[in-house]
Parts: sequence; C-alpha cells; structure tokens
Amino acid sequence: MQEQEVELLQLIEKNANLEPSKIAKLMAVSEEEVRELLRSLEEKKAILGYSTLIDWAKVVQKEEVTAMVDVKVQPARGSGFDKVAERIYRFPEVKAVYLMSGAYDLSVSVEGKTMMEIGRFISEKLSALDSVLSTTTHFVLKRYKHDGIILDDEDDNDKRMVVTP
Amino acid sequence: MKKTSFLSKQADSLQPSGIRRFFDLAAQMEDVISLGVGEPDFVTPWSFIEHSFHALEQGYTSYTENAGMLDLREEISNYLLGSFGVNYDAEKEIIVTVGASQAIDLALRATVNPGEEVLVVEPGFVAYVPTVSLAGGTPVTIQTRPEDDFKLTPELLEAAITPRTKAIILCNPNNPTGAALTGNELVKVAEVVEKHDLLVLSDEIYAELTYEDVHTSFPAIKNMKERTVLISGFSKAFAMTGWRLGYATGPEEIIQTMVKIHQFTMMCAPTIAQHAALEAMKNGKSSVDYMIKSYEQRRNFIVSSLNEMGLSCPNPGGAFYAFPSIRETGLSSADFAEELLQEEQVAVVPGNVFGESGEGFVRCSYATSLKQLDEAMRRIKRFVDRRI
Repeated sequence: MQEQEVELLQLIEKNANLEPSKIAKLMAVSEEEVRELLRSLEEKKAILGYSTLIDWAKVVQKEEVTAMVDVKVQPARGSGFDKVAERIYRFPEVKAVYLMSGAYDLSVSVEGKTMMEIGRFISEKLSALDSVLSTTTHFVLKRYKHDGIILDDEDDNDKRMVVTP
Repeated sequence: MKKTSFLSKQADSLQPSGIRRFFDLAAQMEDVISLGVGEPDFVTPWSFIEHSFHALEQGYTSYTENAGMLDLREEISNYLLGSFGVNYDAEKEIIVTVGASQAIDLALRATVNPGEEVLVVEPGFVAYVPTVSLAGGTPVTIQTRPEDDFKLTPELLEAAITPRTKAIILCNPNNPTGAALTGNELVKVAEVVEKHDLLVLSDEIYAELTYEDVHTSFPAIKNMKERTVLISGFSKAFAMTGWRLGYATGPEEIIQTMVKIHQFTMMCAPTIAQHAALEAMKNGKSSVDYMIKSYEQRRNFIVSSLNEMGLSCPNPGGAFYAFPSIRETGLSSADFAEELLQEEQVAVVPGNVFGESGEGFVRCSYATSLKQLDEAMRRIKRFVDRRI
C-alpha cells in the first residue's frame, strides 16, 4: 500500500496533469484504485495541491522580482522560532520560509512586481516586526533551475537515430 | 582496370541487417515517433559525464591496460558479486571491451573453430549470426515459439544439438522479445548444456532491466561458471550506449585469449569511457534504479495499451521491448511496419529481421518518453482500427 502511494506520488510530483487512467496503466492497477489512492492522499494532506510551473515570460511581459531575505530574529520563550516564522509566512508576499543553521535564522523568499515593492514590504512589514533583528536582501537575477526543472532547456531533443538494433 | 572484386567472399556474403534497410526508410520521414530504437532515451546520468570531464582535466588521455583499468575491473567484480552473486577475479577473469558487441566477437573468435556450430536463439539480436560466421563458425538458429513466450526450452535446445555443436549464445533477458528466463527455467537449460558439454556465451546486457523475477545470471547456476562467458556492459542499464563500453567475464583461459586478440585488434577500450564507467559502478545505483522504475511503468503502459487495441502482447519480463503479435491485422511484419510508418509516422521494427520466428510480430521499444509513447499508442490504435 505504502509502496503504491510512493509510486503514485513520484509520478504526479513531476506531472500533476497525468490522468488517472494513464497512472492506472503505468502502475498496472485499476483506475478506481488510483482515484481511491488520490482521495486518501488528499485526505491525509500528503497531497497539498496541484500547482503548475509556469514560465510567465514566455506569455506576457510580466516582470516578477524575487528576493531571498536572510533574517535574524529574536526567538521567543516557549515557542522558539515558530511564532515569529508564522508572523512572517502569513504574508501573501512571502513564498517560502525556512529555518536555517548558520549565520542567520530564517530564509524568506519574497515575490513582488518591482524591487521597490519588495523593498517597501521588507522595510515596512518584515523589519518592522519586533522580533526581527536584521535583514539582508538578495535579489534573484536569473533562474536557471527551479524545483528540479531546468528552465530554458533548449537542447533536450532526442539525439538518437530513428532505428537501431 | 581492375578485373576482380577485392572483397573477401565471407564479408561479401554477409546479409545486410534488415534493421538497416528499415532505418533508411524511417530516416527520410518527418515527425516520426520512433519505437525502433534499441537504446535508452535517458541521457547518461550527469555524475558519470562530470566524472569523465574530471578525468580529462587530470590528463587521463593515454591507453589503459589491454584488459581495461584494474580499478574498473575490480569495481565490475564487486558489482557482479553484489548484484548477481557471481565471483570473478578482476586480474584474470575480466576484460573490458568496446561495448558488449566486441565482447561477443572476441568470445567467438577465442573459442570457435571452422566447422563448429554455434547455436543462436531467435528471435534474437541481429549481430549474433554474422559474428559467428566471421569467427569461422557455423551459425545454427533455434526458433523459439510464441506459445512459449519466446523462451528457450530444453527440448528446443536438445533438438538443435549435433556432434559439431560447440556453443550457444543465450541473450537473457532477450532483445527483441523481452523474454526473461527464470532461475528454474535456466537450470533446465543448463542440464542440457552440461550433458552435451557446450560452451555458453551468456549475453546479459539487459540483466538489470528485469521486472518480474530477480535476474539469475547464468554462471551462478551450479557447474556453469567453468563453461560460461558472461557478457554485459554499460549501454543499457547505465544509459551509456555511445560510450561503447562493455565487458566479459569467464574462465581465465578464455578471457586471457580474448585479451590477446583484443590487444592486437583494439589495444584497449576508450580510456575516457572507462573513467565514466568507474563512476557508474561506484555511485550509479540511484540513477539506474530510477531508470529501471521508469521502464517498468512504461512497460505496463505499452503492454496494456497494445492489448486493448487488439494486438496481443504478453508481459515481457525484461529489457525494454514489447513484442506484440500483429497477425490480427492480416499483414506481414514488414508490411505492418512499413504501412504504419507511411500512414502514421510511427517506427517499429519488423519482427522477422530478428529471425524467421519473429514473423507476425513487431518490436516496440518503450525506452521512449511517456508523452511520445502515449502519442505513438494513439497513432497505432488508429492504424489498427482501420485493419481489424
């Protein structure tokens, strides 16, 4: 059972768009079994959503700016970093938050339309939190690979000959 | 003005591979989805490639030992012991070759005398028969049957043996049928082999790609190691076809004779490929496991799709080929493949190029992305619907 769950998740992890009928064939089980597996995985929140990885630049001139912000914070008695992390990850501008080992505490990924907009968010919202001691902001200049997918992978054509022994 | 042909009679009499002719046809077409390819669609895992860059930067650009780098032979020895439970001495019983193809050629040249017969199981890899001839032997084919799922049976083997029989080439799992003999089935074959004192060239290039049972390596069977040359390589499971790297293991006497021929005809296998293979042996497992799982899923997909559309196809136990019957369509293998290519731009290989018992079947490689495979199945179904 668990083996099947893992196989199913590995299949849709790379392609959330894979139809249950196809998954059924790949896993050599019935379509109904696939739907049942999906239902139970959604119920126990192993599957949290089905998102699409989009390269917006191919469609519209949509300037997206991403910043990785190193945040030093004052942990709270009793709750450590969790409370302050929650204060931060509730902001819709924040796309990811990680507690880090090393020179700072939280790594916060922020998205906005312009650098100005992100700057405003950091100075007015993030830095203004009482428990935030300092921030260092790094703007992303170019995305080469995201979530395991290489962007602009132009040369991924099949280089094999048509028929070989 | 020259008066005679300069060609040797033997070379001139070799039949060109039927695959070649079909390749020429397919190569002219556009928008072809090819299920005709006998190699992985995966590019070689990055860490193997990166390791070869490193080796080049370090200046490893010279020849290696004739038998291949000892490091690599040691890794191969460990790998065979760990994966298949067969134990070979890296110094004396292993040779690294230019693909498994060269290993087959060397093994035959090292062992076959003129007039001796070598059994070739068909449908089978297209190179066996010509390689036996070039080595001076007489190829004798065994036609396996669809009702046995194209598996070699002891009875078929027994019937083909004559006083002149020297050896048998056994490809397990099989190209093109995907048939994989189980341990028990191999033991029965081994009994006949021992009774007639045959040499076995066991081509196990697809050994890692078995999906139902754990692969049994032929030399792992009792009393078989002393009479078996195990042939394998990095092309299939490690996705390294273009690197041209294989190996053979076997009794010292045979392997050292192969090394002798190799030394005079090839010097050594490509150094850079040997370095990539070293990384493949040491750290390749997770990449290989991922590819094997993908092949298994695609096998499930293609087999159920083919059966659904009315092309009867047993579940192949290994390799990455489905070998469906196309008899329902009333077409010959060659016509089926040619018309399918013309009408729907899908390339499959007619089964008869792999031996006469392959007539009525076609080989579909599922070493193809799921997206391509899905579209190919749609097109073949359209084609078949017009015929059945």
